Amino acid sequence: MACKKQTVPFSGTKEQEEALKKVILELKDTQGALMPIMQKAQDIYGYLPIEVQTMISDETGIPLEKIYGVATFYSQFALQPKGKYKISVCLGTACYVKGSGNIFSKLEELLGITNGECTPDGKFSLDSCRCVGACGLAPVMMINGEVYGRLVVDDIPGILAKYN
Amino acid sequence: MYRSHVLVCGGTGCTSSGSPQIIERLKDEIERQGLSDEVAVIQTGCHGLCALGPIMIVYPDASFYSMVKVEDIPEIVSEHLLKGRVVTRLLYDETVTSAGVKALIDTDFYKKQHRVALRNCGVINPEVIDEYIGTGGYEALGKVLTEMTPDDVIQVLLDSGLRGRGGGGFPTGLKWKLAKQNDADQKYVCCNADEGDPGAFMDRSVLEGDPHVVLEAMAIAGYAIGANQGYIYVRAEYPIAVDRLRIAIDQAREYNLLGKDIFGTGFDFDIDLRLGAGAFVCGEETALMTSIEGKRGEPRPRPPFPAQKGLFGKPTILNNVETYANIPQIILNGPEWFASMGTEKSKGTKVFALGGKIHNTGLVEIPMGTTLREVIEEIGGGIPNGKKFKAAQTGGPSGGCIPAEHFDIPIDYDNLISIGSMMGSGGLIVMDEDDCMVDIAKFFLEFTVEESCGKCTPCRVGTRRMLEILTKITKGQATMEDLDKLEELCYYIKNNSLCGLGQTAPNPVLSTLRYFRDEYEAHIKEKRCPAGVCKALLSYVIDRDKCRGCTLCARNCPAGAIIGSVKSPHIIDTEKCVKCGACMEKCKFGAISKR
Repeated sequence: MACKKQTVPFSGTKEQEEALKKVILELKDTQGALMPIMQKAQDIYGYLPIEVQTMISDETGIPLEKIYGVATFYSQFALQPKGKYKISVCLGTACYVKGSGNIFSKLEELLGITNGECTPDGKFSLDSCRCVGACGLAPVMMINGEVYGRLVVDDIPGILAKYN
Repeated sequence: MYRSHVLVCGGTGCTSSGSPQIIERLKDEIERQGLSDEVAVIQTGCHGLCALGPIMIVYPDASFYSMVKVEDIPEIVSEHLLKGRVVTRLLYDETVTSAGVKALIDTDFYKKQHRVALRNCGVINPEVIDEYIGTGGYEALGKVLTEMTPDDVIQVLLDSGLRGRGGGGFPTGLKWKLAKQNDADQKYVCCNADEGDPGAFMDRSVLEGDPHVVLEAMAIAGYAIGANQGYIYVRAEYPIAVDRLRIAIDQAREYNLLGKDIFGTGFDFDIDLRLGAGAFVCGEETALMTSIEGKRGEPRPRPPFPAQKGLFGKPTILNNVETYANIPQIILNGPEWFASMGTEKSKGTKVFALGGKIHNTGLVEIPMGTTLREVIEEIGGGIPNGKKFKAAQTGGPSGGCIPAEHFDIPIDYDNLISIGSMMGSGGLIVMDEDDCMVDIAKFFLEFTVEESCGKCTPCRVGTRRMLEILTKITKGQATMEDLDKLEELCYYIKNNSLCGLGQTAPNPVLSTLRYFRDEYEAHIKEKRCPAGVCKALLSYVIDRDKCRGCTLCARNCPAGAIIGSVKSPHIIDTEKCVKCGACMEKCKFGAISKR
């Protein structure tokens, strides 16, 4: 799904590039290294724009189309930058039957964005995810790794306010 | 030596409800009260009762504190740890009886459980290898390497009757035997920890609570089939599990329980971690191996089976986490011990993740053959809010719904298949009268449509067509011919898809059609959703006799669909109503209902 935010121009630093090259050098000779390299690259840059994919291709000799193929296959690889606060709502079965669908709709309503998008100011991005394994606390959402459990729709405005 | 050990759960469930803060406060308070030399605080894996987290157990008396709050800590430390007086008011209420404090294993949640795979979860500190060794860890590996031939090991597994816990239920011993028979310069042992089935989290709990058991079992597998390299493919969504696996692998290497010349027997074995990147199809064995190779995780046709040509084109075995967690115990206690549990064709125990509309959400490990009634009513504590049970869903997006009429069926692989569901990895989601079965089927189809890898047409296109029909049904736009077409599509996709994902994708629809056809027909013929879930078919109405004309609903309606003047009954304009339910939530007189 397209990101509503205009694609920000790529702005990688020299340090990031060096970090990436170091990772590639370390992993290059292990079998099946492409995914670990791409995961580390995403840790370094926060996402995998075409510029970063090109760098990986140049350094490893793996064709760019192959890298792009892997990047678009897995949902965790992001080709667009995410918001400063990454919201993911669990839409796994246990959360769904406890009403996480309504939580998701409320967030869509309040933020004015839908699944996979981020707000125009770059502050929040919204994703649905499949089971974080905290089913005992269903329904659950995470904001930058912090888990909010046993949610009801009325909790949402208050939680968002904490980040505003 | 410590006179008391305080075990605090550090699994994902309890971590999410605040156990790290509890541990921190507990350590501070123990130090402040001068007990640091007498009381040890240990972070363990999951105890199973996630609904009541954060969980804390104080030994030697095994007092079980549930839903502990940071504010409670000073009292627990000064009363219980210092003065030896249990703070009864904070204990798990099931353990408190008029006759005194009941042991945890006598509570309804635990008494029918039998923990084999989860043996160490919640008991040891998963980040300390010595604690694993202290409970008999790596003894099985030692026994295998020094006393048994690879064929002996495989024979033990065959005799035990252990079947794969990841879904298919293929006999583990047979899988190993096939891989051993294939000669090759290199073989691999893989562990499937890509637990993608939403609502199932037993593998995560084992990895978080007892990571070494998986490493040990993989080394045993390596010896049995002649492999010296293992890979664990674990979901990146499980950060705690990934961390603990890394720690465990480092410690095992340090103790030379992984690496070269293990136990001085000349056997080499090492393990690497590979992180998934969020693709459900990678739980399928050929897709998982393709993903470890660093490619798009698409499945490929079998044969050749992984035992012949698997990872990097070499003979490979792939087992899931829970399967591995049983193996060291089978080696140590013998196949007869394992085969004495369970039913005729399904031996041992199975871990289920209870979720949905049930009191005790969490993890339970029960002998195969336990009935659904025992699991839901006794162990699970029944359904909250006095609602009526409608169905239990097992097997995730590949499984089906079990209705109340099969409540007394003993749970095992074959029985579940015979009633149109499957064991799957062990998610068990309970649904009550408020859940619409058509909506649930649609939910699972949305999942499969999103996760279908796109390689084969029946799955890529077929599941989308199914979803379209289901959407039509939930909107009240479908005809009975659509229902026939839906059923026809189900069988077509089942028979023609390349991998397990597509072959099982229609199961949620088929099983709900089998047991809840009347709900489908109500949506189609009467344009009515009996459970009141499908929005397009709902209408909200105000009861004239109950409405006091307070105007609260009208003020909260985002669509301006409620009309009426102060102190006289209001009316909802169904043309304008967007069915958000805000009015019903706000009404103080219970005058608004949906139908």
